[in-house]
Amino acid sequence: MTSSRPSTATSPEPPTAAAGRRARARNGKGGRGGNPYPYLFYVPAGIVYTIVFLVPTIMAFYFSMTRWTLFDSTFVGLENFTDFFAEQNLRIGFQNTLIYAVTTSGLKVVLGMALGVLLTSRIKLRGFLRSVVFFPVLVSTVAVGITFSVLLKPDTGLVNKALALVGISGPDWLGDANTALLSVALVDVWKGVGLATVIYIAGMMSIPRDYYQAVAVDGGGAWHRFRFVTLPLSWPATNSVIILSFIGGLRSFDLIWTMTRGGPGFTSDVIASIIYKQYQAGFFGLSTAGNVILFIVVTALVVPLTRFLSAREVAA
Amino acid sequence: MRALRRSGPELVVVLLAVVIFVVPFSFMVLTAVKDEVQSAELDFGWPTSWPIVQNFVEVIEARDYVLLRAFLNSTILTVVAVTLLVVFCSMAGFVLQRRAGRMRSVVNFLVLSGLIIPPAIVPTIWVLQTLGLFKTLPGLIFVEVAFHMSYSVLLYRAFVAAVPRELDEAAMIDGCTGFRLFFKVIFPLLRPVTITVILTTSVAVFNDFVNPLYFLPGDENATVQLTLYNFQSQYSTQWNLLFMDIVLITIPPLLAFIFFNRKIVAGMTAGAIKG
Repeated sequence: MTSSRPSTATSPEPPTAAAGRRARARNGKGGRGGNPYPYLFYVPAGIVYTIVFLVPTIMAFYFSMTRWTLFDSTFVGLENFTDFFAEQNLRIGFQNTLIYAVTTSGLKVVLGMALGVLLTSRIKLRGFLRSVVFFPVLVSTVAVGITFSVLLKPDTGLVNKALALVGISGPDWLGDANTALLSVALVDVWKGVGLATVIYIAGMMSIPRDYYQAVAVDGGGAWHRFRFVTLPLSWPATNSVIILSFIGGLRSFDLIWTMTRGGPGFTSDVIASIIYKQYQAGFFGLSTAGNVILFIVVTALVVPLTRFLSAREVAA
Repeated sequence: MRALRRSGPELVVVLLAVVIFVVPFSFMVLTAVKDEVQSAELDFGWPTSWPIVQNFVEVIEARDYVLLRAFLNSTILTVVAVTLLVVFCSMAGFVLQRRAGRMRSVVNFLVLSGLIIPPAIVPTIWVLQTLGLFKTLPGLIFVEVAFHMSYSVLLYRAFVAAVPRELDEAAMIDGCTGFRLFFKVIFPLLRPVTITVILTTSVAVFNDFVNPLYFLPGDENATVQLTLYNFQSQYSTQWNLLFMDIVLITIPPLLAFIFFNRKIVAGMTAGAIKG
């Protein structure tokens, strides 16, 4: 890239000398001090990344096919994987992971966009509302999890007491197999929607005002402004929110673990919580098989999703 | 009348937001300052007595001052991990943006992989065990650095793109290349993005629960998030202390939020859109 630039522009030296130096820079060797952008700069980050992330990720494929105690391992082929899918409880985890990721990212898109529209409008207390919606993003997940498990308790919980005031008797949110996973997903949305909102706000603020004026000239109202300007032009924001929250949803563990421990029974287990349970039980091979499955699920879904979304972005 | 019609829906929305987002936090604080008996009711009632200091002291003294040690551990963890992240990722992001070649596509691929791939837990434990770093603070520090690396490199790469190359060239003419070029000329210019990286990654590392749970278990060198997790089972009767712990742990992110709200939001949205 450097070399394509006319060489005399910034250089007080004779052109030939500067060009020579630049040629050396391009080769990456020779000259005093070598390349001005040495690959040596990758080394510290590269060492940590390789040892702590890359090696375990690659070794996981081998260890997932073993019975393993950390100190020695016996090769058992695909047994761990067949175990994983043969057991009802583990299959539920697989299903729940998908439900959880789809629900949380879907709700974050819808609510994040709604809040984004609201908080870019000329509403009073806008700054206050933005802060209030965003703050949960910075609070620890464990703290949020504990607080909401208390608020969602069946008899004493604030949520059911509030519902009782309007004559609804709320369920045992976290203790009922039908609502446990969904309740955790809703708390996840509560905690994460602030991030989606600020992404949307950033996207919507960058939409030129002329478009809105054009709609006004054509006699369009608020709905037209949203439908024909805000919605299509905040597509890049939607794109990021979907990808971010979908990856986060697939990998989610801490909130589910603090709120339900995967219960009641195994009904709200996800792959990540099964990995932890198998690890605690000492089934390291099986736990790692869970990790490999999660890896495959994430890449198999996220890579095509990214392609699809960015293709749409170009089209739009 | 028109004023009412305009501000009517507004009022509803503001009220809703307050109920949904402010009530849980008020509940935390109220429960933290109640006495043991009243806090067990777990309702939204106004405290009948205010044993704030007593609750504070009790939660600090609990289990031989585990919370103080946890705060110390979390501080060391956050400061060291974030420092390493800033130094390593700014260097990597700089070369990644400036130097074309096959190496660049390899590194870009690795950075994106780091963003997407969930870490393989037990194999990581195995690696740390082999190096003698499992269940040690340095081990956890390296884990945090590795897992937050991709995000930070992307932020730095994006920011370096806005630093004009003419600057590098001028410095090179003065004989500055490599380390001197970077640390004397470029790094000081990256200050805004460095602040963003510091803020977002320290909140993430300080709030991290999963990695300490796996890689630094046990009570003697717990991090703050783990004390919460451990108190949860131990203090099923002393809700006031559990919530006092929650409040204390929420103070550092709250301070970051009060002073650097804009920076944090800017960093998170930039990271999201670039990533």
